Amino acid sequence: MMLSIQEASINFGGVHALRDVTFQVTEGSIKAIIGPNGAGKTTLFNVISGFYPPISGKIVMFDKEIQGLKPHQVAALGVNRTFQNIELFDNMTVVENVMVGRHGLSSAGLVKGIIGSAFRSPFVRREEKDIKERAMHYLDFVGLAPRAEENALALPLGHQRYLEIARALAAEPKLLLLDEPAAGLDERETEDLSRLIEEIRKLDITIMLVEHDMNLTMDISEEIVVLDYGEMIAEGTPREIQNNKKVIEAYLGEDIGD
Amino acid sequence: MYDPAGFWVSGISSGYRMSSRGNIIAVLVLSGVMLGLPLLLNNDYYLSVLIIIGLNTILALGLNLLMGYAGQISLGHAAFFGLGAYTSGILTTSYGVHPIPALVIALVFVGVVAIIVGVPSLRLRGYFLGMATLGFGVIVSILFKEMSFITQGPSGFRGIPELSAFGFVFDTDLKYYYLIWTCTIIILMISANIINSRIGRALRAIHTSEAAAGSLGVDIQAYKLAIFVLSALYASLAGSLYAHFIGFISPSSFGFHFSIVLVTMVVVGGMASIWGAIFGASVLTLLPEFLMVFEDYEIVVYGLILMLIMIFLPEGLTRGVIERIKGRLAR
Repeated sequence: MMLSIQEASINFGGVHALRDVTFQVTEGSIKAIIGPNGAGKTTLFNVISGFYPPISGKIVMFDKEIQGLKPHQVAALGVNRTFQNIELFDNMTVVENVMVGRHGLSSAGLVKGIIGSAFRSPFVRREEKDIKERAMHYLDFVGLAPRAEENALALPLGHQRYLEIARALAAEPKLLLLDEPAAGLDERETEDLSRLIEEIRKLDITIMLVEHDMNLTMDISEEIVVLDYGEMIAEGTPREIQNNKKVIEAYLGEDIGD
Repeated sequence: MYDPAGFWVSGISSGYRMSSRGNIIAVLVLSGVMLGLPLLLNNDYYLSVLIIIGLNTILALGLNLLMGYAGQISLGHAAFFGLGAYTSGILTTSYGVHPIPALVIALVFVGVVAIIVGVPSLRLRGYFLGMATLGFGVIVSILFKEMSFITQGPSGFRGIPELSAFGFVFDTDLKYYYLIWTCTIIILMISANIINSRIGRALRAIHTSEAAAGSLGVDIQAYKLAIFVLSALYASLAGSLYAHFIGFISPSSFGFHFSIVLVTMVVVGGMASIWGAIFGASVLTLLPEFLMVFEDYEIVVYGLILMLIMIFLPEGLTRGVIERIKGRLAR
């Protein structure tokens, strides 16, 4: 099993942001997390990424418990993500942003890395060249290669989201967490995004998706988990979720099924 | 379009930073200027001012790596400078250690102190980190004054021998000038290389978004600590060189006031600007010479300069002025 969330709970100031959330993610699948605002979707991503540990429960990835690990340790296991409120490095160019994605793949440790880069060792030169080439490859993958040398924030919103995806892909994740990738995109951009996600999946990357755009979610995901006030109220295929009474009551209202 | 070979030639430049090639040319120009300058300004006063500018540049470069690139403030950086100076001074004078091993021992000692101070305090952010490092600086400067059995107390530590290496004695200001500016230029190149590398990108990433940096595999605490230690090592080296050059050190040179002057150098030169460090160091070294008339109010004028620059040129004097000129020309 790629990822197994077992009775994960977390509190913020007495509020149950997540309560006994339990589900599994199969390797190679696309799993969506949906729910009204404040349901705990981003919190769930933050717990998986190691930003804060759950107060109880387990997060198991490939039979290894990862709750309590720091973000960089979780990243080292092949979990990378994008952010709902875009977190690009505004003091870097487009391609440099993606180059940071290659950070964890270097074989150089911290001290060797600093000394090597201080004196431009042959190893560092070779590695730098490789990092740049790989970064350009992923920029090309999302169609942003022509804008490589611009400042990251010079890109329009939709491209900024693509850049975050390219940056996460550059880390060669096994599991990619996409936090509202379609937020702020128009209909056509969302269609492009849906094609891009299909392409990513062909790279043998398992995807978890938090998304408000129901058409996109129902279209691309195999399984959906529904959260409401930090609790999991349903899990199933898009069709099952669309017909789930609890879900309709809690969240989807009459929008569904048109 | 995509052309790996072409990218490599053009280096990993971006917008406001110089490419590797630009850096190399700038270093060559700087080396040429510094090589020739003593011919024009060959008297002891000018030479000693230039030497102090070189030392301050080393300090500002270290602090700029920490503040400008990694985004972590230190209000106690003069303490590392002082620890380097006192360690070299005491070892060579009181214990007869040769200056070079003494300098290395100072580096190791300061590195260990930086780790001990950095591990707990770098968990703090913003003002709190500022306060912690400020506290450290105050403690060290009190120790310099009070541990008079080894530091000779508030009146200062005198009689530090000249630096010598492999039988060569640095017994003139001109020799010190060339030694210190060689060190400064090497450290400048090292710093530029670090910034334009995977390590430098990780630091800049931490500065903008710790969340994103962490999620991409950057060990945030380790990198903050590493750059804190590196900047302390720069300061220690500058301190050792300073002690031998000046021959007499006193606690007042390494107090809170000087920590603030160092921060001002970084801000005036421009945060995240390697070349700004030389500029900031020059301005802040020369300024007191012109501000003599203000006497006790010198610190007020420093503060005022810092405030005005932060308000009107937050990118620092160098970049701020360049961008404004570009803006004028574009209009």
